Amino acid sequence: MNISYIILVPLIPLVVFLLLGIFNQKIKPAVSGYVGVFGLLASASLSLYAAYHYFFISGKVDGTYQTFTEKSIWMNFTDALHIDMGILIDPISMMMLVVVSIVSLMVHIYSRGYMKGDNGYTKFFAFLSLFTFSMYGLVLATNLFQIYIFWELVGVSSYLLIGYYYTKTSAIAAAKKAFIVTRFADFGFLIGILIIGFYTGTFDFETLNNPEGSAILNWAATSFMGLSVITWALILIFIGGAGKSAMFPFHIWLPDAMEGPTPVSALIHAATMVVAGIFLVARLFPMFYFVEDGFALNIVAYVGAFSALFAAIIAITQTDIKRVLAFSTMSQLGYMMLALGVSGYDGQEGVGYMASMFHLFTHAMFKALLFLGAGSVIHAVHSNYLKDMGGLRKYMPITNFTFLIAAIAIAGIPPFAGFWSKDEILVAAYEHNKLIYYVGVFVAGLTAFYIFRIYFGIFWGKEKTYNHTPKESPLSMTFPLMVLAFLSITAGFIPFSEFVTADKNGFDAHLNYSLAAIATAVGLIGIIMAWVFYKKENSLSDKYAKAFGPFYKWASDKFYFDEIYMFVTKKILFKRVSGPIAKFDNKYVDGTMVGIGNKTVWASEKIKGIQSGKVQDYAFAFIAGVVVIALVSIYLLTS
Amino acid sequence: MIEGISIYEILTLTTILFFIGIYGFLTRRNLISILISVEMILNASVVNFVIINKYLYPDVLQGVLFSIFIIAIAAAETALAVAIIINLYRQISSVEVKDTEVMKF
Repeated sequence: MNISYIILVPLIPLVVFLLLGIFNQKIKPAVSGYVGVFGLLASASLSLYAAYHYFFISGKVDGTYQTFTEKSIWMNFTDALHIDMGILIDPISMMMLVVVSIVSLMVHIYSRGYMKGDNGYTKFFAFLSLFTFSMYGLVLATNLFQIYIFWELVGVSSYLLIGYYYTKTSAIAAAKKAFIVTRFADFGFLIGILIIGFYTGTFDFETLNNPEGSAILNWAATSFMGLSVITWALILIFIGGAGKSAMFPFHIWLPDAMEGPTPVSALIHAATMVVAGIFLVARLFPMFYFVEDGFALNIVAYVGAFSALFAAIIAITQTDIKRVLAFSTMSQLGYMMLALGVSGYDGQEGVGYMASMFHLFTHAMFKALLFLGAGSVIHAVHSNYLKDMGGLRKYMPITNFTFLIAAIAIAGIPPFAGFWSKDEILVAAYEHNKLIYYVGVFVAGLTAFYIFRIYFGIFWGKEKTYNHTPKESPLSMTFPLMVLAFLSITAGFIPFSEFVTADKNGFDAHLNYSLAAIATAVGLIGIIMAWVFYKKENSLSDKYAKAFGPFYKWASDKFYFDEIYMFVTKKILFKRVSGPIAKFDNKYVDGTMVGIGNKTVWASEKIKGIQSGKVQDYAFAFIAGVVVIALVSIYLLTS
Repeated sequence: MIEGISIYEILTLTTILFFIGIYGFLTRRNLISILISVEMILNASVVNFVIINKYLYPDVLQGVLFSIFIIAIAAAETALAVAIIINLYRQISSVEVKDTEVMKF
């Protein structure tokens, strides 16, 4: 299969970014919007064509999807260890290309309406293109170092876009928080990469992931504190992934990241960048699975399950609709992580891996739709808070309808997209680990409840009188909503298990009717509870909130994790560790240097009298020198 | 070649002349006196040139020619020095060396 044209997929957004970035002041906003959209349309069509070609025509040999790479050496350390740049085509990178290009294209179209009249319109599109370029680069990376480079690039784009409203203090703080927290986690990632490079001698995914390769077979060669070093490296790499994917305990940046414009939240903090952590674990899945019997993979499963539960509980209590969606994203990412964690490798065993990728795919569609719908609502009422909304179904019929579709999809009601992928996840969890399965079912109920809580809160609930009558958004905003709604309905019918599997051989996935019935019933209970509580304005919800007492307060304050982090950094790290070090630096390190300077000045004060200005003194010194040299040379030459 | 006088006596003479010049250069207070001392140093070396040429290499003339060069250049140098001293006198109404020590720390 000829794959060299796929290099154009990331390069087109890069060119668009450079174009819009360099001529930022000269391009009219109307033009820059079209440049962004058409640039992305070109690269999206290319990637869709490539995906079609790969999955249906030339990717399969004897029932197994092949891996194609094209790369060149970028940095050469030794003959075996070198960093390459190139593209790697396999089922998950193809699938991610499709996800990124569809969501990014929709968000570009949507932004033309949403950002209309904004001062930094061109800049916004430039940053979006930069992000899209980085994300394409990330999914196409051929080795750990390349993925790390693009990993940081998406981090930078995320930072730029969260801090897009740079006159708002909270946006600046959120941007810094997101960057610092993910960067802190990436430190683990970097160390993991270096350990793998040192012990296996390669960064290349194909070599590392080969189940018969030396990297996997020799995992027990060196151990450290009771675990193989490779397991340690994988845990460290997972820490990097957890930082990007907002897994507990690195989740604190994601809710604050909602300070960015809503299309950005939809693209970066719901559909694409935050799934980079899932993608990373999936990319190294054979290593996670085979090394030390999947020790690192178990950690992935438990962290994912805990994050899913934790975030879902917080999501119920939040009043800012974007924050509800942020915690919902975190919860669904936890789902994908736990699905990877409970997955096997061969054939039917690998259902968790398939389910995780499937859920990633469907989640990208309906969560982007939820965010864009929320953006449409915020655009209309100029507020993020549930208390300022209510009864909007009459004013915004298209937004209402598409939001409802997305809500049903995320709640896991058949036949919408979320049902199919969530069901596969629960099947995988049921076969592997009952505890995780129960957590998953419970979270499914919570998901249905919180998403319908905000749905009813926005579109039904109390009738409000608005200062400005809310209007339905323009076509540029509703068109992406409709496309994504269509995908949210239909994406579930894709037979994913034939395309994306751990061992790259397709298998037939069967619906497990009893498990599906349980999950659906739990989802319906969640919806009905939300219906009872929030359909009409009543005091039922307040009463139940009171019944939970302090627990409700803890959840609505996000279990005080921000405060704990602040305490640890400010009171312990800054005060007890950094403070004394700074004092030492000031007093002794700087003191030494300043002392040397002061002593030099003092000494020169003492001897400056030599420079007397009298010519005869100089002449005397000169002649005395000559005489001394003459005497010395006579002595040396004659003796 | 002068009968009855060896090269050593003449070299002793020029050495004395040279160090008198050095002494004068270091101790005189008047710029003109310093200039005269410098001339004495120059003349000591001119005599050395001629003497060494005459006594050691009587067949060639380089030493003699060089002494003529030195005399010519010394004249130019003296003219320059005197010009500087006259200008200095116009500025500060003095040719004392102690009045010219402004170029210091």
